[in-house]
This record gives sequence, C-alpha cells and structure tokens, in this order.
Amino acid sequence: MSTTTLTRSDPAGRSGDRVFSAAALGAGVLILAVLFGVALFLILQALPVAGADPAEITGGEGFAAYIFPIVVGTVIAAAIALLLATPLGIGVALFISHYAPRRLAMTFGYVVDLLAAIPSVVYGAWGYAVLAPRLATGYGWLAENLGWIPIFAGPASQTGKTILTAGIVLAVMVLPIITSLSREIFLQTPTLHEEAALAMGATRLEMIRMAVLPFARNGIISAAMLGLGRALGETMAVALVLSGGALTASLIQSGNQTIAAEIALNFPEAFGLRLSELIAAGLVLFVITLVVNIIARWIIGRHKEFSGAN
Amino acid sequence: MSSSTLQKRRSQLTKGRLPGYAVWVVLGAAVVLAAAVSALVGFNVFAWAVLAAVFFVLGATLVTAAAEGSRKAADSLMTYLVYGSFVIALLPLLSVIWTVLERGLPGLSYDFLFTSMNGVTGAVDNASVENGTPVLGGAYHAIVGTLQITFWATLVSVPIGLLAAVYLVEYGKGGALDRAITFFVDVMTGIPSIVAGLFAAALFALVFGPGTRTGFVASVALSVLMIPVVVRSTEEMLRIVPNELREASYALGVRKWRTILKVVVPTAISGIASGVTLAIARVVGETAPILVTAGFASSINLNVFQGWMSTLPTFIYYQILTPTSPTNIDPSTQRAWAAALILIIMVMLLNVVARLIARAFAPRTSR
Repeated sequence: MSTTTLTRSDPAGRSGDRVFSAAALGAGVLILAVLFGVALFLILQALPVAGADPAEITGGEGFAAYIFPIVVGTVIAAAIALLLATPLGIGVALFISHYAPRRLAMTFGYVVDLLAAIPSVVYGAWGYAVLAPRLATGYGWLAENLGWIPIFAGPASQTGKTILTAGIVLAVMVLPIITSLSREIFLQTPTLHEEAALAMGATRLEMIRMAVLPFARNGIISAAMLGLGRALGETMAVALVLSGGALTASLIQSGNQTIAAEIALNFPEAFGLRLSELIAAGLVLFVITLVVNIIARWIIGRHKEFSGAN
Repeated sequence: MSSSTLQKRRSQLTKGRLPGYAVWVVLGAAVVLAAAVSALVGFNVFAWAVLAAVFFVLGATLVTAAAEGSRKAADSLMTYLVYGSFVIALLPLLSVIWTVLERGLPGLSYDFLFTSMNGVTGAVDNASVENGTPVLGGAYHAIVGTLQITFWATLVSVPIGLLAAVYLVEYGKGGALDRAITFFVDVMTGIPSIVAGLFAAALFALVFGPGTRTGFVASVALSVLMIPVVVRSTEEMLRIVPNELREASYALGVRKWRTILKVVVPTAISGIASGVTLAIARVVGETAPILVTAGFASSINLNVFQGWMSTLPTFIYYQILTPTSPTNIDPSTQRAWAAALILIIMVMLLNVVARLIARAFAPRTSR
C-alpha cells in the first residue's frame, strides 16, 4: 500500500480521475448552458424589435399584430395534426400491442417507425406534389356542400395548398411519435389486470377500456403533447405545402401561415430589423414548444416507468 | 338441455354466434354495394375503397349486433377500427416511398451524382427540354455538403453527448444538477429544428458579425439537435451495464476513469454506436436549420468554415420552390426527386446500419 512506486504513480492516476470527472461534469453543464444560450441569444438578437417604431414592423402595426396571426396559424395547423393523429396513433399502437399476431407485431412496429425516418423535406415535397392536388377536388366538394360551415367556406383552393393539407402532412409526421410512445405504455399494462378482465368474461374492447386505457391515460396525454411539440415546430412540410397568406377561418382556402414556415421562407433574404423580427418570432415558437414539452415531460416524470419512451 | 343429443349440444355451444363465413359475406356485399354507389357518382378506385370499408364496418357491426348482441358488436367494431387505423397509417408511407422511387429513379444517374449545379442556368434547362437532351446538373455539391456538415456535427456532439451521459450515469448522485440535466435533455429533444438553426445563426452573428453563414454554423445547429439524442441513448446503454463489472474493476484497484473507459464504455459500445448512428440519421435530413445557417450554394464548397454551402435537403427545397428555369420546371422537379431518393437511401441505410450494429454486438450483459 505504501510502496514507493505506488505512491509515486498515485498523483498521476488521481489527476486522471479529476480531469475525467471534470470533463464529464463540464459536458453536462454545457448542455444546460446551450439551452440557456438558445434563449439568451435569441433574446439578444430579437431586442431591436422591442425598441422599434411600430410602423417599421412588417404589417405596420407593431410586433404583436405581426405575430398574432402566425401564432394562430401555427396552433391551427398543429391542432389539425393532433386531432387526426391522436386517435389514429392510439389505434395503431393498440393494433401493434394487443391486436396484431404476436409474431408480426415487432415487424409492424418497425414499419410504423419507418414513418419517422423519412426526412421532413421529403414529406413536404410529397405533400406539395402528390397530396395537395389529390385533395383539391375534395376541397371543392366540401366548399360546395358544407360551405355554410365557416371552416369549409369557399371558394376552395384550386391547388389544394391549404392549411388543412399542411395539417394532414403534419399528422403523418407526428403519427410515429404518438404511436411509439403509446405502444410502449400499452405493453407495460400489468398482464394480471388484462387476464383478470378477460377471465370475468369481458370482451377485448372491454378489457382495453377497463385495464389498458386507465393505466395508459397519462402516457397517451404526454404522447399527444410531444406530438404537439413536434407539430408546432415543424417547418418544411408547412413551408412547401401551404401557400400562405393572411389569417382566414376557412381551412380549405389558401391563407394562414405558421411561425416556422414564416421564418424559413423569409430568413434567407432578411436583414436588419426584419431579421430581428424573425428571430423574435422564433423566440415565441421556442417558448411555446418549451412549455408544451415541459408539461409533457412533467406528466411522464410522474410515472418514472414511462421515461424510456422517446 | 340434458336430454338433447350430442349434435344439439354442440349447436347449443355456438348458439347465438355468427358462423365464420359471415364476415366474408358482409365484406363481399360491401364491396359490391360500394362499386354500385361509386359508379353512380363517377367511378374512382379511391372512393370505391373508402365506401367499401365504410359499408363493411357498418354492415359487419349491425349484423353482429343483431346476432350476437351489442357487447360483441362494440368489440368487433373496435377490432375493425384498430385494423383500419393501421392500414390508414401505412398508406402515406407506401405513397411517399412509391412517389420517391417513381419520380426519383429517372433522374438518378452517374452524372447526377458527380456533377454540381455550377453553371446550370435556366437557359441550360430550357435547352434540355426543347431539344429533349438529358437534364444537366446534379447534386454532387449537396452530397458533399451534407457529408461535411453532418461529419462536423457528429464531431461536436458525440464527445459532449458521451461525456454528459457518463456524468449522469457514473458521477451523478441524483442531485438537483443531475435532475436538471436529465430534464432539460428531454426538453431539448423537443426543440424545433428551426429554433436550433436560429440559435446557431444568432450566436455566430454576435461573434463574427451579422450574416455569417458557413457550413460550420449549420453543424453547430445540428449538434443542438443531436446532443440530446446521443445523451439519451448512451445513458440508457450505460445503465444496463451490470454493476458487478464496475465493482470487479474497482476491486482490482483500477481507477474510476479507467474503469469507465476500459470496462463500462466497451461493454456498452454497440448500443452507443447504434444510438449515434440513429442520431446521425435524424439530423442528416434536417432542412430548416441549414436554410438559416448555411445559405445556399450551387457549386462545390469543400471548406465548412468559409462560404455558403448546400445540403441535399436544402437542394430539394430550393429546386422545388425556386426552379432553376421558371418556365420549364420539369428538370428541377426531376433533380429534386432524385435528390430525395438519395436522401431517403442515406437515411434508411443509416437506420439499417444502426440495427445491424445493435444486433451484431448485442450488449454483453448478464440480463
């Protein structure tokens, strides 16, 4: 223990330990610093907007009037995506966890995960070239027959590049998130609960309603919230699919815009105050998604066993 | 009941249940009825399939309700809906893959892979359309840009992500800092990619003056997206390394940092490698952060620290949104889809590689 050689080699080993643990700690702290850096730099670059003359802001009526319509547009697109993707995602997750033949379930899971592997710009191109033209006829029909409902008010877009199309593309993109998270939670349902329900003579639907869904409720909510976070921040699908414009209630006319697409479409040519405006818009988006994600993570955190799900 | 014959008893057991062929009868009827209805309003395959599905679900549920009661009917309705939702989820996947293959393959050639867009102007595209000659120009510069930007992003984020995961698993004691890091890593996974791009743009604008757009700025933006993925996957892999291995190493008098480097990390290396590969696959297709940080180039740029750069996703985006020749957009569309095909192949390959790594060197644990 106290031989000379050991004592001599000790400082080197100890400093190695110290350097390594310091590096590990440093990396951890750096991650926190980056997240705060994101907020800080965005605020710094967005500051000129706060002091600017309202007339100089795009639209001429100040930043609030500029940001409000695109925040609403973002929320509309994300809401459409969530309304479509949540029931569908739960259905697909149930299919994989409880309905599909055991041996094929894993494969089906991989197939749905492939949806997440396709880059967003490809979805955008697909929505632009394939989906929008197909939906245009449907929009015409909607405007003709259901035009009295404000969200289907005509005249329908001839190209199909509307906020509804963008919402559908977003739904496809958040579907794998909702599916994979819900699936993991469905699989964690205590088998005894399920078997008890079946033994009492419950049908499969009743078993799912009595044993699986109550157990998974929090998980489903947080899955939907994470999907919402993704849908709010998704850029390319909207930038390519939507032919944007002023805020309109109708989902089947061209118009509306989302924050992310507004930034992507205008940033490359922006300079000066316009640049600050777009960065301020990015800051707003950052805050919205941050709040959504924190709530989702908080719900997951209350059930630690779900935390492997991301 | 006790006096009934064997045959009668068997029918007692299945009484009130539909025979197995009933579902197929309903399906056939639904398909025929849907064909008739869609023929009335103008036949198209899509409307036919949708109508058939709706008729089948309604019909099968009603028949079950009449024969087996409402509980069974609700159960079978749910079964059809769940199967249906899986089919609906597959439709966009198949459609996207089919579209990319169909429109991308014609444009994919040796020239496309190994020439850039340098010197390819609207006039060149017009000429190729008018004379029927092959479309000139390719995605070489974008492929090179994608590889470089992704390489630098990996170089930045892998050490940070690995060390942070090591800190959380090996050094963390569950204190406030550890919980904060875990929580914010999770939250970071949800940062919109365009915000990550804006962050990098804002950071470099403050340090190097406004309008700094280079490949490296894009790499930093991608790192912000990549680090949390690397941390999460590495953390999970390190946690399943059995404690006995660490204790055996300590018992031999090995220092903690050497234990981590020589015992813990090598045990989990396959999972870490596959996690990193998946993280690369995630950022390689990112468009928005590149748009705001690396600008757009039509010629080859081999220096990530200077000059604008193009990547496959931004190449696709600009070819679609601002075709090289506004009057003849077909060459640009063709190039965009060919680039999309290359991009999808890259991402799928990375995913397959990740799975192969994970399977080939499955974690050597005692679990």
